[in-house]
Amino acid sequence: MASAAVKTVNTGTIRPGVWAQFRWTMSNALIITRREVRDSFRDWRIIAPIVILTFLFPFLAQFVAGQFVNYVTGFGAELIGERTIPFLLMVVGFFPISISLVIALETFVGEKERRSLEPLLSTPLTNTELYIGKTLAAMIPPLVSSFGGMAVYMGSLVFGELGWRPQPMLIVQIVTLTTVQALVMVTGAVVVSSQTTSTRAANLLASFIIIPMTLLIQGESAIMFLAPDAESSTGIGALWAIILGMVVVVTLLLRVGNSIFNREELLGRTIDQLNLKSAVRRIWRHMRMVDATGRPARSLVEWYRGGVFASLGRVKTAAWITIAVFLLALAAGFALGQTPEWRLTLVATGSLSETATNLGQYMNISTQLGGFRFILWQNARILLAATLLAMFSFGVAALVLTPAVYVVLGYLFSQVLLSGVNPTFMFAGVLTHGIVEIPVIVIATAAALYLGAVVTKPPKGMTVGQAWTAALGDTIRIGIGVVLPGLVLAAAIEAYITPRVVLLALGGG
Amino acid sequence: MIEAYELTKVFDDFLAVDRVSLSIPAGSVLALLGPNGAGKTTTVRMLTCILAPNSGRATVAGYDIIEQPERVRAQVGVLTEQHGLYERMKAVEYLDFFGRVYRLEAAERRRRALNLMERFGLTNALDKRLGEYSKGMKQKLALVRAMLHNPPVLLLDEPTSAMDPHSAKLVRDAIIELQRDERTFLITTHNLTEAQQLADKIAIIRSGRIIASGAFEELARQFVGDPVMELRTAAPFNGLVKDVSDLVTVESSGDDWIRYRTTDPYSINPALLRRVTGLGVDVVTLAPVSQTLEDVYLQVVKEDEGVPANGERGG
Repeated sequence: MASAAVKTVNTGTIRPGVWAQFRWTMSNALIITRREVRDSFRDWRIIAPIVILTFLFPFLAQFVAGQFVNYVTGFGAELIGERTIPFLLMVVGFFPISISLVIALETFVGEKERRSLEPLLSTPLTNTELYIGKTLAAMIPPLVSSFGGMAVYMGSLVFGELGWRPQPMLIVQIVTLTTVQALVMVTGAVVVSSQTTSTRAANLLASFIIIPMTLLIQGESAIMFLAPDAESSTGIGALWAIILGMVVVVTLLLRVGNSIFNREELLGRTIDQLNLKSAVRRIWRHMRMVDATGRPARSLVEWYRGGVFASLGRVKTAAWITIAVFLLALAAGFALGQTPEWRLTLVATGSLSETATNLGQYMNISTQLGGFRFILWQNARILLAATLLAMFSFGVAALVLTPAVYVVLGYLFSQVLLSGVNPTFMFAGVLTHGIVEIPVIVIATAAALYLGAVVTKPPKGMTVGQAWTAALGDTIRIGIGVVLPGLVLAAAIEAYITPRVVLLALGGG
Repeated sequence: MIEAYELTKVFDDFLAVDRVSLSIPAGSVLALLGPNGAGKTTTVRMLTCILAPNSGRATVAGYDIIEQPERVRAQVGVLTEQHGLYERMKAVEYLDFFGRVYRLEAAERRRRALNLMERFGLTNALDKRLGEYSKGMKQKLALVRAMLHNPPVLLLDEPTSAMDPHSAKLVRDAIIELQRDERTFLITTHNLTEAQQLADKIAIIRSGRIIASGAFEELARQFVGDPVMELRTAAPFNGLVKDVSDLVTVESSGDDWIRYRTTDPYSINPALLRRVTGLGVDVVTLAPVSQTLEDVYLQVVKEDEGVPANGERGG
């Protein structure tokens, strides 16, 4: 049995140069892909639908398209018939890729369930190589079927009775859409698979993927029928926007998948049990701790010094991103205001003194108290909604919801300038309380962004669950320690002081 | 070859492995014993770089498990708790796949696969789908997979658990042969006879902690005391215990036998024989009573549970 040393062993060594490393990674990944694809093609439950959807369904779709075109042409609605043809092309492409979801769930969680993953995890392959290999394996058979089906459908229409001559760019768009949709489903399935230990649970969770995808397909169908640029040689603008959005989603899902698809996450989780008590205890501990050992704060000052400031330090990068997005939003609003069709007709200068009088009348305690409550509630609920949505959108929602105000501000500012009105009153109206409110909103948005995005790249040595729990602890700590007091102060200034400053700026008093 | 220092692993609030230290030199076998859920598999997974320790460090075949995980995995052959085969594949395809993963050249992977399949009596099943394999055959194939790239370190989780006696012997012989070839083994098992037979060193793990570790003889001496000797006479002899009481402390006796412990058998046993034959008693045998790993294991676990050691300990 004692044998000579083996000549070549995969040591997982980093190869010099980016290209060499890429080739090494891909060649390792493709070893996995080849095995998985071969295995998939041995399963009649996968083969049967692929064959049907590639070779039979396109002919059915082509027949339906022909019948439908003839039918609507009889009513003088040729346009509807023409637009049904690319719509059915999209359907022919979509049906096979829906199988990718099944294969992906089977490939990832099925292997985990059958316990065949651990021997693979014991090899020198890196997490990335395993992830790429399995992702490709889940995508290739359905995409081959999808492209095959579309080719059969198009071939029968282009060379058949209908003699269809589509805009080439529309075909490019549909093929691209099909590919990114398959990618979204597979990368989404990896995320779903990582949270479960059984295919049954994974299938249940898969509705989080299939429902939005179905809604998206419905939206795309409506666009294909209704888009005014449906015949454009550059393709349908709205479809490009969807493709772009999907690419963003895929990028985020790939990042999440790559961080989730690691040995620790895959084998650390053994049962699908929700341990709420333990999670709450960890969040509570993280909220109170003031150093890496987990020591709880002994005083409020220590909590701020060792806890809140540490949390603020962790959201620093997110804060810079938030500031950049806010400035972009402001600039976008300003630019929008410059376009003639968006211009407002502002009141004449004379009316401003009337505004000042009204504002003066508004200055009474009861209204101000109502204003204070309203402002506080308004700001708080927007930030709360942004945080909640950020959790489910990898942080993206935080950068969509809160900057909307800055688009409006930029727009209004541009209108004031265009009307020749002295903008001082606007500065007074925004900056008086904005000195407090804007930094608070930046910090809150940054915390929400951090909370949502942390799952895409957990800090080194942390699992996704640990990173998210810690980020939630940071977010709550920032919320209680900085955002809430800041919002109270800002609302008080906005309700009681800002109107007076604006009044002064308007020349009232 | 394997050096682990205070490896610790915590899952959420559960301490799975608590400051485990191990040292396994090249060419030796360590048997890691312990009840289910003691932390054996987690320890193996940390040494295979599948799980990262929360604290502590380890090197396997000279590579650091934190800094060089791919290199460690390339040097290690692992037999996992569940064999985890791809049931739709044939054995030849399965081994070819793993050979590719380890980047063995085509001729080399074919040669290694055939040699190992032959070694474990699986040649006739090369073209069979793995779903058709019996449990024992699957276990043997998983072992072949672990040895395919000729690793210097083998981590085997219950290597013979599903095998018939003949297959189990094949595996034990293979381990002994590879050990001579300076391969290093960490074996986790519930088969204490096998562990005693194969291991140079035993480590007993319980609730994530190593509670005893050493060569079998050391552990036996430490936990069940010095060797027990048994003297049997040809015929019943009243008063034997009394007549030898100045030489040995008799622990138990019958009509024609006595058992005693001794720290110095070289001087005590001949003296005892002289005394007994001098009394005109014919001696049939004087031999040590064999101590088993099971005795040691049960005693170690009992002591760790806080049950006071019985009078048998020491000597």
